[in-house]
Amino acid sequence: MNLQFLVDGALTGAMIGLGAIGVTLTYSILRFANFAHGEFIAWGAYFALGAAGALGWLVAGLAPAIGPFSFGWSVVLALLVAMPLTGLLALALDWALFSRLRAASPITAVMASFGASMTLRSLAEFLFTSSPAYFSRDLQIAVRVGGVRVTPDQLALCAMAAALVFALHMLLTRTQTGRAMRAVSENPALARVAGIDVDRVIRVTWFLGAALAAASGVMAGLIVQIRPFMGFDLLLPLFAAAILGGIGSVPGALVGGLIVGLAEAGAAATIGAQWRAAAAFIVLIVMLLARPTGLFGARE
Amino acid sequence: MSVALEVSGLVAGYEPGVPIVNGASLSVSAGEIVAVLGPNGAGKSTLVKAIAGLTPVQSGAVRLGGETITGAPAHLMVRKGLAYVPQTENVFTRLSVEDNLRLAAGALKASERAGRIAEVYALFPDLARQRRLAAGRLSGGQRQMAAIARALIVSPRVLMLDEPSAGLSPKLVEGVFARLGEIRAHGVAIILVEQNARAALAVADRGVIMVEGRERHEGRAADLWADPSVAALYLGGKRT
Repeated sequence: MNLQFLVDGALTGAMIGLGAIGVTLTYSILRFANFAHGEFIAWGAYFALGAAGALGWLVAGLAPAIGPFSFGWSVVLALLVAMPLTGLLALALDWALFSRLRAASPITAVMASFGASMTLRSLAEFLFTSSPAYFSRDLQIAVRVGGVRVTPDQLALCAMAAALVFALHMLLTRTQTGRAMRAVSENPALARVAGIDVDRVIRVTWFLGAALAAASGVMAGLIVQIRPFMGFDLLLPLFAAAILGGIGSVPGALVGGLIVGLAEAGAAATIGAQWRAAAAFIVLIVMLLARPTGLFGARE
Repeated sequence: MSVALEVSGLVAGYEPGVPIVNGASLSVSAGEIVAVLGPNGAGKSTLVKAIAGLTPVQSGAVRLGGETITGAPAHLMVRKGLAYVPQTENVFTRLSVEDNLRLAAGALKASERAGRIAEVYALFPDLARQRRLAAGRLSGGQRQMAAIARALIVSPRVLMLDEPSAGLSPKLVEGVFARLGEIRAHGVAIILVEQNARAALAVADRGVIMVEGRERHEGRAADLWADPSVAALYLGGKRT
């Protein structure tokens, strides 16, 4: 059996996992499924594309590809610009929409997120057109590692995803902000009487989730292409990964993303690409039947 | 003794026009324990939740050390020195004991945190031994101690406890209430909402009996316990 799908699946899985972390954080702290999260992926990619173009234009030396990679320093720096910009977009959306629905039922917030998703997607299509855009059109030569072929971009992106997840894990487990996020996730009322500013925790959650979505968008842009619908197309795998890993669990979202990515790539390699999406959901259904809380989810 | 917390004419509830606390007044001084008693539905728990900033206040005033704090956000109340221990779900079960305390210590200056956590561990040595354990794995009595320890981290001027004896055996209740005596000795004013009138009045200096959202009787704890009419009406009918 050709094991190439493992590389493709791991890369797609890391991208899905980064996006799913935002979904799981938002759900565990704000208690609703944010269907606009996919748009942060698309907007993050467009922010990075714009920033990379601007940086490459301002400083010509930043644009050429770095060593074996297809992208230059302008894309690396653009990622660092796009992450906080996407975080600010999420904060603006919260201020304009979701903060006004805190007292409403979760289903109201979910429906509002559908509306926000359509608005952001349409705005992206209006501003950037539906034509695909690329960070780079350079072709890369894959290198053989063991029995599989891997491009330098794929290795770099996997390392980036691992570094971001590690950094988030450290933040959640070793810092006061992380403890506060875990506390609000478990019991918001108790968090308040423990001296935690819950509104601040909510803002941090939006910012972090959207910043990671931007990283996921840059990954998608480097692996495939940038389109206004790229986030929407990833939405169902994001939710599958978040549910599979256990809602509220950051490591769970990453592992869930890897499982979804591997299931999709495995199905495409063995039974046909048309079964790609179905395979991920079969895995999800089996997991929910066997363990409804997901892999790392806590029982309510 | 200086008045640590003063509540006057407090009206509070979850829906406008449907008050659960209906004009309640209460005061507690530094180093004093006031037991708040009364039948189910009297508004005892809602009263302390409203003081703590968790239930909307419709009218009335709450003053902490002379400063009016009515309706302030709950997390700011804590920083001003008002600590509250809910009846149930009063620790973060998924966090370790140590993380529960560190979390609460976030309200202090960074330089004060480690020292204050060490002081609280000295008061609750059992918790120090279980600092790495998830709080959800503590026994009922230990969990109550952890909740009180979490509240004490900020060195509060006023500590409000909502039925700390709920679900505990009489021996554990004795242990928890003995700690309240030690905490009071540090000058902390304590408001103790309780169903267990005997245990509460045994440790309290004064008692307040609430009926239908406001205080109906108030007096020295020993006097309330000795008053047969009060006992018959509000303390379960007999002094057991």
